[in-house]
Amino acid sequence: MPSKAKPVYKGGERMKFIEMLHHKSHFSKTEVERLLQMLKQQCPNSPKIRMDRNKFNDFVHKNFEMTDEMIVDRVFRAFDEDNDGFINELEWVKGLSIFLRGTMEEKTKFCFDVYDMNADGYISREEMFHLLKNSILKPATEEDPDEGIKDLVEITLKKFDYDHDTRVSFEDWTKCVKEDSLLLEALGPCLPNLKTRNAFLELVSDAQHDTGMSISAQQKMKGKVTY
Amino acid sequence: MGQALIRAAQWTSAKGGSGGKLEFTKLNEELLNSIIQFVDGFSAKYPEETKLVFKKPLTWQTTVSPDAINLPGLEDRGGDKISEAKADKDVPLFSLKRDGSDFECSCMTMEYCEQVLRASGDKKMIELRACLEANRDPVANMLGERFATVEGDDNSIFRFIEEITKEIEQLAKQHAENEGNTEKQEEIEEKKLILKMRLILLRVDQQLLNQSIAQITKDVRLTPVMVDGEVSILQELSGDDERKHVLELIDFWGDGYVFKNGCRAPPQRQLHGDIAYIEVRPFDGNMLYITANTSGYYVNKGPDNRGDMNYEREGDAYRELVTLLKDKSAHFAEMIDKQEFHLKVQEKDDYMDARKVEEDEEDKESTAGYRPERTKQKTEEDSKDKGQKQKTQKKKRLEPSLKWKALGMEEYQEPDTRVEQKKLKKKKASPRMKSKTPIDAEDTFSESSTESEEEEEAVERRSETNADLPSEYWQIQKLVKYLKGGNQTATIIALCSMRDFNLAQETCQLAIRDVGGLEVLINLLDTEEVKCKIGSLKILKEISRNTQIRRAIADLGGLQTMVKILRDPDKDLKCLAAETIANVAKFRRARRTVRQHGGIRKLVGLLDCPIVSATNPEADKDAEVARSGALALWSCSKSKKNKEAMRKAGAIPLLAKLLKSPNENMLIPVVGTLQECASEPSYRLAIRTEGMIEDLVKNLKSQTDELQMHCASAIFKCAEEKETRDLVRQYGGLDPLVSLLQKTDNKELLEAATGAIWKCAISPENVTRFQELRAIEQLVGLLNDQPEEVLVNVVGGLGELAKDPPNRLLIRKAGGIPPLVNLLTGTNQALLVNVTRAVGQCAEEQDNMAIIDKLDGVRLLWSLLKNQNPDVQASAAWAICPCIENAKDAGEMVRSFVGGLELIVSLLKSEHREVLASVCAAIANIAKDEENLAVITDHGVVPMLARLTNTYAWKGSKFQSKVDDKLRRHLAEAIARCCNWGNNRTAFGREGAVAPLVKYLRSQDENVHRSTARALYQLSKNPENCITMHEAGVVQPLMKMVGSQDEDLQEASAGCIGNIRRLALANEKARYS
Repeated sequence: MPSKAKPVYKGGERMKFIEMLHHKSHFSKTEVERLLQMLKQQCPNSPKIRMDRNKFNDFVHKNFEMTDEMIVDRVFRAFDEDNDGFINELEWVKGLSIFLRGTMEEKTKFCFDVYDMNADGYISREEMFHLLKNSILKPATEEDPDEGIKDLVEITLKKFDYDHDTRVSFEDWTKCVKEDSLLLEALGPCLPNLKTRNAFLELVSDAQHDTGMSISAQQKMKGKVTY
Repeated sequence: MGQALIRAAQWTSAKGGSGGKLEFTKLNEELLNSIIQFVDGFSAKYPEETKLVFKKPLTWQTTVSPDAINLPGLEDRGGDKISEAKADKDVPLFSLKRDGSDFECSCMTMEYCEQVLRASGDKKMIELRACLEANRDPVANMLGERFATVEGDDNSIFRFIEEITKEIEQLAKQHAENEGNTEKQEEIEEKKLILKMRLILLRVDQQLLNQSIAQITKDVRLTPVMVDGEVSILQELSGDDERKHVLELIDFWGDGYVFKNGCRAPPQRQLHGDIAYIEVRPFDGNMLYITANTSGYYVNKGPDNRGDMNYEREGDAYRELVTLLKDKSAHFAEMIDKQEFHLKVQEKDDYMDARKVEEDEEDKESTAGYRPERTKQKTEEDSKDKGQKQKTQKKKRLEPSLKWKALGMEEYQEPDTRVEQKKLKKKKASPRMKSKTPIDAEDTFSESSTESEEEEEAVERRSETNADLPSEYWQIQKLVKYLKGGNQTATIIALCSMRDFNLAQETCQLAIRDVGGLEVLINLLDTEEVKCKIGSLKILKEISRNTQIRRAIADLGGLQTMVKILRDPDKDLKCLAAETIANVAKFRRARRTVRQHGGIRKLVGLLDCPIVSATNPEADKDAEVARSGALALWSCSKSKKNKEAMRKAGAIPLLAKLLKSPNENMLIPVVGTLQECASEPSYRLAIRTEGMIEDLVKNLKSQTDELQMHCASAIFKCAEEKETRDLVRQYGGLDPLVSLLQKTDNKELLEAATGAIWKCAISPENVTRFQELRAIEQLVGLLNDQPEEVLVNVVGGLGELAKDPPNRLLIRKAGGIPPLVNLLTGTNQALLVNVTRAVGQCAEEQDNMAIIDKLDGVRLLWSLLKNQNPDVQASAAWAICPCIENAKDAGEMVRSFVGGLELIVSLLKSEHREVLASVCAAIANIAKDEENLAVITDHGVVPMLARLTNTYAWKGSKFQSKVDDKLRRHLAEAIARCCNWGNNRTAFGREGAVAPLVKYLRSQDENVHRSTARALYQLSKNPENCITMHEAGVVQPLMKMVGSQDEDLQEASAGCIGNIRRLALANEKARYS
């Protein structure tokens, strides 16, 4: 883990790049540097600094306890803006920015993108069914297991579909989430939870680094006092 | 009869084809007795049915000899008896034939059956037993096979009725066609008879069954668990103090070993059904040794010298230990009826928490004397705790019998008798459960008087049948299904969808409960998922507005979880939890639960938020948390113990800080909490010293009615203290209070405002300000059509204001006297106390008195002397005093009340000092009129007053109270006045009133001196009294009083000494002349 991040290139170009990333994200420059360092460590042998799907899976599993493969796959696609199957430095920082420090609007958009599987700007009934199909743990024995999920989809659709076109547009989605923030991840958890988020932020953020230092310093002090 | 015999009666199993025999059991005996009673006297009751011929004879082996039966119409045929009447052909209605050594009896009517039984004399039981054993289904014999007893649904009788009616109809038809079909008619008559008979038998059958049920239920068997339960409960009620405990000691006898099956008796005795042996020492009588057997409790002969138990039974067995003890110990019976049981069934998981709380409570309540004993108890208990034994004890404690549980439930109902109970419970010395008992007991009546019974009566309204359930019900049921069986995603969707329903509607609230949604919602609170918790709490917060839901949440342990959530780092979650607690804690048990789980401290912790004027989202959140905390505390603060806990947790400074907030949403719960707590003196003091009065006054000027109301209400409660009243004036609080009187449509606000005015008017400085603000006119205006709660305060305020003479005039001018006098006819006691006081104050003014007299106010006052409430009595008597003083022709007026004088004299028997003092004052006034004095003398006022001088004699300066001094002052005054008639002076002397009066001179109170001196002066006109006085050492104190500044006192003392001196001189003169 990099406690001190060193820029890869000392050149001004690199600095500019970091500066650009800093503006496009919610991270400070040093934080950006740390994140980039981290990405580099994830892919030690590849010539380009980018992350492929498998590595991403491992990464979110390890750091954010996200296991649902389908959702993780969707998250990967949401990160991967240029659809080249890899997450490059820009996508990495921007994605994590939403992941860790995103505003409500950003998150709303992000979640919608995750759930909108075919990226047609609508979440259709079929997509919902796909997303929710694992959400009932113990279907009643006598009835068709799909029946319950279909029901659940109808309920969800009723909840979200403001304009009654049997699909959820981004407007519908934003409206609903604004009304009740609990619905942000309504179709499956696609953002890190509070605990893992804070844990991860601790690795990169400035504030945490400072306080982390001071706490350990305090502990040392205490040790002296007691002795 | 048939059913009872087959089902209830106990038959031995059939053996050797002989059919079963009736067992010799108590139950059978009872059944047989009832049947005998039924048969005996059958002919008298049912003369027609008794002749009904059976289809088949009842035949059995009898012991009755033919000689014993002598009836007309019986033929003797060689030792056999055969009736002349025949059923048909040659079957006689009755026959008694020799059959070997025995006789065989066969009857075909009830008449003969009865005769046989009668003839059998004291062998009735044997006879009947034989008959029934031989005829297992007598009904079938009597009425035919169609009525044979069958298992299951028996509808033979209905078919029979149908048949009869059909035949009757047929007959009627035939009757119309051709006359006379007597044969058919007879047949029907007979059938009718059979029907009647059947009905009679059915009734008997039913009776028998009921009887046997009663028998069977009596036969419930004891189990070890029940025994342990009963004993442990009684242990809690036993101790050393005879007046407070039911038993001195109760414990299990023996080595204390408990077998695996729960029995304590040795195995060889367990075979006999013994469960345990109990030793009991009642307060009255010897040690009792009781065997707990499966068949009940009974007294055994106790252990012999070597310590071996003599298991032999003495006396009856009882089903309950309590009943047995009631029979054996009169003291127990008396105490157990008096005791009110509030043993709570502590939930298992509560135990640890309860202990923690208990420590706090102990800290709090331990007084110097208590502490050492308590701690000792604790260590004992702790050490015990390690042992397994303790565990079993605890478990057992959880299972008292139903009856006791039921008693426990009643604990809420009579708070006033609890005080005694409280002490009793505290001192309980029973060793085992002690540590727990005090909390339980105290909790019961910790609840303060401010608590209304808001929802104790919540009636359970179950939803009706499934048929008319609204569609929401099914939708909610579906959602709850997803809550139960879904993962986090499905749960959140379901939670959010559920909130789309109108959760304020009762149908939805109850639907959630009825489909088991509450359990799931509460379970969700225990999960790790913040979102689920938030969603669940949002729903709970809404639906907990419903009283039934509140109870259900508390029952399901939701409060405990929510209290835990109060420590959560997530602020939204904290807010929601506190708000839900605020809703749920609207009834006593919930409030207690919150306290016992440390909720008060956590809630108080929420109040701690920095007040920043700048609005940033984070600060808003903090304020919101504090607001919700205050909201919850407001609900909780309705219990006295919670107020105490809040104070301990440091709520007061935090509330004071929040009170400075500019936000009204924040202020309402804060002020609400404060006004709720202001019923406690400690809070009143704190409110004053923390400078909260200023803020309260400031908020009186707010725009929100609710806030104004709470502020006024807080001032109402706090203004009991003089300093507070002054502060209210200094901060300019009187003006807004008076201006609140304009809001005549908001009754609650009006109640609070008038209350505050009432209390503030106790200070004379405030009265002046009120005068300037023209409060009197406005208050008088409120005397009409306001609810009683407002009137109490309005009239109280007028009473205080009228202490200032100019105000009496103002009240009259504002037309206040007629409505006041009108209110004297009311029934509300608090109102009556205030009204009488106000009327009394007004009567101090001559002109006012004229109006009161004209409205017959004095008669109304007088009739209030008959009121049940001593406060009303006293207040009425006080009010009568100025009336008599100021009325024209008062003597005549008083005499005009029929029985009035007798009534007032009889009040001297009262036990309330205030009543006595007031009545003495009234009597002193009445006695000014000679005729009236004569009348009350006839009613025996003298001995009664004399008795009072003894009852309330001066007992040394330690025991003096203001009330006593007040009583003495008026008592002496009454005696002084009553001396003016006939030989009353002598009578007072004879009744021994003089010596105690002399001692009154030692009082500190000048007023007592004055009236006592006056009385002594009057009494000293009788020489005998002079001697008594002199002997009691009257001269010295009187000499001092001659030097007093008070002229009245001077004069009376001097006069008294003069009389004594004159007597001495006369005496000397007589001696020397």
